[in-house]
Order: sequence, then C-alpha cells, then structure tokens
Amino acid sequence: MVPHEIVVAGASVAGVGVADELRRLGYEGRLILLNAEPHFPYDRPPLSKGLLTGTTPPERAALRKPGHYADRDIDLRTGVAATRLAPGPELALSTGEVLRPGAVVIATGARARTLAWTADGDLGAPPSVPTLRGLDDALRLRERLTAGARLAVIGGGFIGGEVAASARTLGAEVTLIEAAPVPLAGVLGEEPARALLRPHRDAGIRVLCGVPVTGVDRRTSRVVLANGHTVPADLVVAGLGAVPETGWLTGSGLDLDDGVRCDATGATALPGVYAAGDVAAWRDPRSGRHVRHEHWTRAREQAKAVAARILGTEPPAFGPAYFWSDQHGRRIQALGDTAGADTVRLVHGAFDAESWVALYGHAGRLTGAAGYNAAAALMRHRTAVTAGDPFPGACAPLAS
Amino acid sequence: MRVVIDEEKCCGYAACISVAERVFEIDADNIAVPLVERPEGELAEQARAAAEACPTDAILIEED
Repeated sequence: MVPHEIVVAGASVAGVGVADELRRLGYEGRLILLNAEPHFPYDRPPLSKGLLTGTTPPERAALRKPGHYADRDIDLRTGVAATRLAPGPELALSTGEVLRPGAVVIATGARARTLAWTADGDLGAPPSVPTLRGLDDALRLRERLTAGARLAVIGGGFIGGEVAASARTLGAEVTLIEAAPVPLAGVLGEEPARALLRPHRDAGIRVLCGVPVTGVDRRTSRVVLANGHTVPADLVVAGLGAVPETGWLTGSGLDLDDGVRCDATGATALPGVYAAGDVAAWRDPRSGRHVRHEHWTRAREQAKAVAARILGTEPPAFGPAYFWSDQHGRRIQALGDTAGADTVRLVHGAFDAESWVALYGHAGRLTGAAGYNAAAALMRHRTAVTAGDPFPGACAPLAS
Repeated sequence: MRVVIDEEKCCGYAACISVAERVFEIDADNIAVPLVERPEGELAEQARAAAEACPTDAILIEED
C-alpha cells in the first residue's frame, strides 16, 4: 500500500534524491523533507574544492534550483531536525511536532570524526579542532585561509588532500600530517598512493607521514606530534573520516552497528522505516555483509532504489562503487573495490607520470580500478569491474 | 533522437564512456562530447543508458 505521507529526514544527496524520485515515480501523497541545517540543501563535493578556493560561490553549491521543491510539492523544512524515532513509525521533530507518516526515510548522513585525544596537559581536546563536513565549516575555514596563513591538515585522506591543495592555491603555508606511512595506501595500494604525494610536494606542501598527532597546544599555537616534534600553525583542520549520524536513533529499536542496518533494498527491521546514503549500512547481496558507503553516486543510487521500494516499483540496478577526488587540478577516480586487492596492475601511463590507470584484483577476479587524470581510460573498465572478470594473479606480466 | 550535453552540469566523470564509448568522448577540457549527435539503433540504446548512468544528469536525450 502506498503511504499517505512520507517523511525524509536529511536533505543532502540521498534525502533530496529520495524526494525527487518519489515524485518522478508519480507519488502524490504528502512529502516532507527535513533539513537540520539552516541552509538550502547543498552538495558537499565543492566544500573542500571550489567553495574553499572561492571559484564556486555558495549558491552554486545548491543541489537544486530555487523553486525546485515548491514546484514538486515537496514540503522542505529548513532548520528542522528529526529528534526521535519510534515504531509506527512515529517521528519527533526539533519543533516539538510529532508526525505519524506511512513511511520514514533516514538520510541523516554522517558527521566528521573528531580526534579522541587523551589530553596531555593543556592539549586541545575535541571538538576544538575544526573539521570539514558542512557548508558552515567550509565558509568559516575560507574566511581564515589567507595568503601566508599557516595551516596544518591532520589526516592525509581525500578530504585532507583536497583541503591542503585548495589552501595552497590560496597561498597558505600548508603542512599535511598523516599517521600512516603512506596516506591512502589501504585504499589504493602503496605504489599508487605514494604517487599521489608528489603533487602535494611539488605544490610546496610540507608532507609529514608516519607521525600521529598527539594534540594541539593552543597556547603556543602548535600541533604536537608523537615523535616529539611540533608544527606551528595558525589554523588546524582535521580530516579523519566520518561516522554515521545515528545518535538521534538510540532507543528506536534499529540496529545501529556502524550505520542503520538495512536489507539490500534499504528497508530496516522497523516496518515503514528505510535508510539511504552515508548513514545506511545496506546488505551487499554478493558478500552478504552490511556495508556503509560514503560515496556521492551510491547515495544517489540508494535514493532511487528506496523510492522504488516504497512505491513497489522495480528498483534500478547499481553500478560499481565509485568516487573521485580533485586535487591540484588533477582528478583521482576509483571504481568498485580497490581496498584489499591481492594484485594491482598498471594498465595505462605510469605511477610517476601525469596519468595512469591501475586494475585491482582479488582471488583471480577483477574487483576495482583506479585512475589519475584518466577518466575515459578508467571508465572503459567499468563493465569488466561490474562483471568481476577473471583477473590473473600477481605473476602476470605488467601490461603496457 | 538527439543527444545534448549540459556543459554546466558535466564534470567529466566519463561514466558515459563506460556504457557508450562509441557515442561519447571526453574532450581536453574534461567535458563529454557526443561523437554521434543522432544515434540510432544500438547506439541510441547506449545513449539512453549513458544518460541514466551520468552522476550529474548532464546528458539530455531529446526524443524525436
């Protein structure tokens, strides 16, 4: 039965995607879209790139044009958060209202992980070190990022790398600090990951690897490292990944083990309750495991699938997992599963060159592909990655 | 059918290449360009699949 009213909690890529797709599929009931932030729904990829450097004005980061929601009779409630969920489903809002819709879609996303320092003396404790997740974070950071400002970026992952690159473009003196010997080695393999450090260094970013941060001494304005060294900084930003925004769901009866646990169609254990996007851990039909994706395209796919599931239409098939990162005017892209590969093979360019593509295999099957400045060459492998084509082991010669 | 790229929306992900490499290419500015403006038959099917696969909805299919 089609619900009389649907509430989507969260208005980022997944939430807006669900609302749009419901209308596109012909849903005519009441549709409420909650946006906890006091902003128009916006897109996150520009936050660490164009919005930080100033090439993308905030209004260009809007997910949809003004009027989009009213045109589709989507009741967008800005600055209103879902605060509690109970079976029924029953949903309490920050306004004090309690709704009893036919279906609830949880799309509250993730928040930036903060450092869990054991404060040594006067070291700053979380959340005093800023992170970059929302529009306000980006605008605040942009205001303070001036030429010559000393910025320390803690965490050499994709967000850390993008922030470092953007800040350097603005003329800041940037130090990128990473606890692992090579950032992103676990995701892309050691050699490709190592190659990604060169553009940082070429741009004049100081890169410190294999050195965990133990704290920030705000008195002397220095980042303190485990090896006893310190990094002077006017500004510190931490990019340490994200954790699902599930705090408000405590007591709902939902399984919240690293995200809202869902079946392979986005349905949770509570009737009428679904989840999509960064907050959701969908069951992967291939492996049977529950996996939480933090990728923009996956959020979009899940949004379409959840809308179809609620309305009882055929959900679209998913492509392979996909993400990208833009740094120093170059683009890193990856398809499928590149982490945990037993074989990495270069098939285009060279890791120390301006362009490359590498294929990733596990147990004789192709599982993923990654590319650097090679969008078209990379995407030619998408079909084979989706199919999991046979992939010879490590002893196979390198293709040219 | 006519294939149009919204250059404002295209971000050069090249997802279109993965499903329709005979219909699209990526130019030097990292923007998708239709190789065939009016694809027919199998290529028309591929163009529709590319529009569906595009992460930014930058491919517009104008049916005749």
